[in-house]
Amino acid sequence: MRRLVMVFLSASIASAQVPFTRIVNADNEPGNWLTYSRTLDGHRYSPLSEINAQNVSNLRVKWAYQFANPRTEVSPIVVDGILYVTGPNSAAAIDGRSGNSLWQWSRPVPHDFVSVLFGHTNRGAAVLDDKLFVATLDGYLVALDLKSGTERWSTRVLDYKLGYSMTMAPLAIDGKVVVGVSGGEAGIRGFVDAYDARTGKQAWRFYTIPGPGEPGHETWSGGDWKTGGGATWVTGAYDPELKLVYWGVGNPGPDWNGDVRPGDNLYTCSFVALDADTGKLRWHFQFTPHDTHDWDATHVPILFDAVVSGQKRKLISIANRNAFYYVLDRTNGQFITGRPYAKQTWALGLDAGGRPITAPNGQPTEEGALIWPNANGATVWMSPSYSPQTGLVYVPVREIGATYFKRNTPYRAGGMFAGGGENELSPDDSWGAIRALQAGTGEMRWEFKLLSPPWAGVLSTAGGLVFSGSDEGNFYALDAQSGKPLWDFQTGGSIAANPVSFTVDGHQCIAIAADRVLYVFAL
Amino acid sequence: MSRYGFVTCMRLPTVVLCAVLLCLGASSWNSSTVRGQTTGVRPDPVVGKKLFQEHCSACHGLEGGGGRGPSLQTPRLKHASDENGLKALIGNGISPEMPGAWYLTDDEIASVAGYVLTLGSVPREKVPGDATHGASVYAQANCGMCHTLAGQGSGVGPDLTEVGARRGATQLRQTLQHPERTIPDGFMFVEAVLSSGDSIQGVRMNEDSFSIQIRDLSGRFYSFRKADLKELKKLRGVTPMPSYESGLSATELDDLVAYLAAQRGPS
Repeated sequence: MRRLVMVFLSASIASAQVPFTRIVNADNEPGNWLTYSRTLDGHRYSPLSEINAQNVSNLRVKWAYQFANPRTEVSPIVVDGILYVTGPNSAAAIDGRSGNSLWQWSRPVPHDFVSVLFGHTNRGAAVLDDKLFVATLDGYLVALDLKSGTERWSTRVLDYKLGYSMTMAPLAIDGKVVVGVSGGEAGIRGFVDAYDARTGKQAWRFYTIPGPGEPGHETWSGGDWKTGGGATWVTGAYDPELKLVYWGVGNPGPDWNGDVRPGDNLYTCSFVALDADTGKLRWHFQFTPHDTHDWDATHVPILFDAVVSGQKRKLISIANRNAFYYVLDRTNGQFITGRPYAKQTWALGLDAGGRPITAPNGQPTEEGALIWPNANGATVWMSPSYSPQTGLVYVPVREIGATYFKRNTPYRAGGMFAGGGENELSPDDSWGAIRALQAGTGEMRWEFKLLSPPWAGVLSTAGGLVFSGSDEGNFYALDAQSGKPLWDFQTGGSIAANPVSFTVDGHQCIAIAADRVLYVFAL
Repeated sequence: MSRYGFVTCMRLPTVVLCAVLLCLGASSWNSSTVRGQTTGVRPDPVVGKKLFQEHCSACHGLEGGGGRGPSLQTPRLKHASDENGLKALIGNGISPEMPGAWYLTDDEIASVAGYVLTLGSVPREKVPGDATHGASVYAQANCGMCHTLAGQGSGVGPDLTEVGARRGATQLRQTLQHPERTIPDGFMFVEAVLSSGDSIQGVRMNEDSFSIQIRDLSGRFYSFRKADLKELKKLRGVTPMPSYESGLSATELDDLVAYLAAQRGPS
């Protein structure tokens, strides 16, 4: 029997080829999870429905896999029954039947590497053709052979000694692999890069902080732009028809002291739409001009189409860290609508163009100013989910304020360049929720309250379910229409990861990482 | 995550994105560490505070109360057992989470360490009262019915072995007179109302989004699914500790405060 299984596995792996057409047409194979959000439009929605509201209470652990590092944030890729997972500077292929690893890869983290104000983590891989793409903390994009885990090529993207790093899952598009960088608290100059998937050669680079002579440079003064931040540390989305890559850009540097960088500080706290062939900027929309709260717009964009004022429009939405939900036209960045989805005290509202009307006492001070949301925002990097079945966007919401303060911090290459910080409110003065928002308007349909502000992403399914996790370790399922809790399981570790769904031997599974453990559940 | 029975605190911020400060064993001050020049100026906690706020507060909070990184307001830094260990840790960082302050001079690092060491404990102070007699008052008032001190007593209330390092005499006195005004962070007295209408009062030992674990004053543990409860009341500002404002004489109160102020943990 063991031999038979081995033969099956070998055959399965040998046939694991993932041309881009498979990723574009992901709905043709709902048992796989071929890109970070399953589909390029950032939905994190599974068309699988074997697990549904009627039977989810029977969900059981199928197997568990242990990681070497704590607080795993990985979102697995699943190809034909094999899971591909990552950790910091590491990756593994796991047999979906047993949970046993098939191969493992790692490369050492340099002894002098430091994460400047971000976690020692990795959120996942990308797959294209016969390769798995992994970004490393010390700045390499590595292509691994899907069958063996051996390195096919490795390209240096950045210099970690300047405070740069990579923690996100790359995004594979047609022939290219797109990556973003971490380091927004180290005074980096952020960028989005694309590399040839076959060779590892750089295809293009888009700097999120425009240099002299480039549009947007006028929103900086003097040499501020050189340390302007604008990290790009969360995976974006892609529209293969428009051939546009959509990516979120992080905070300006220094984070909390805006006095030293007057201006809007483009393209920080923005969505940028980039030409997939050239990396040229097609449009941008800035959610938080001249941010002083560390409110990166590094979120997975949600692409969907809907009728607006009688016309079918191609839209892009985001539940932003700044506590507002936005809907834009994804062909040109035009603001359609926006509204708060969580408590916020920094803005009186949005003007007709979507620019915030700032409130008094909404900025950090020397003594400290109490502001909602806190620096980690009303939501953070973890993925929301959009269900085409319900038309709802499910957002993990953090209801927490903080006392923001500012300080003068000189820039030193590779050191912290934050310019202040925050004192969070106590845990019993904060809480969390999953909120279901109408995708086209942001209007709330329901909420499910959580004890603590969450760090887990959301998965919605055609089984009418919403899965997510709590900071206290609960992994749970809600009714997608009502938010009613239907099932929960205490994992024993804080959940700071995104769930995925796939099939093994034709049966639906749900996976979530909790601290050091990847759990796979099935009926 | 944590289960009752061994939980001492709950809902600790688990987002330690940076600076899991003091979570490694303290290494000795490394003479090979490349540092800036020494200036010959004595380490100064006032200077250390300014440097701390400029370089450390983004993670540890303006007064070291924690944020993205852990709180440093604790009498004993778990993994920097002495000042030299703390200086080494500040200078070298903890790879990969906490950047080292390689750009500070030795004196500046010493100043930061000196300031950090003031965060977790109140300074020793001269207080009226007889601490030796205070030990007798502690016994006569049956404080050990609810508290442990140096391993003795019952564990329903907070341990008092280091209470003199955590609280100054004024606060200790206030706690004895008006305990509801000085409830420690994380302590929550709750009442679980069952579907039958009966209710259980006790100290919250742990809680997640779907369940809560409680210990009543007899030490018995309860675990409830929140969905099964009629109501869960979080009794903010409520403590089972009685006031000793009228139960003790002024002298006894002075002596008990002096005794508790002297409890600063193992030397």
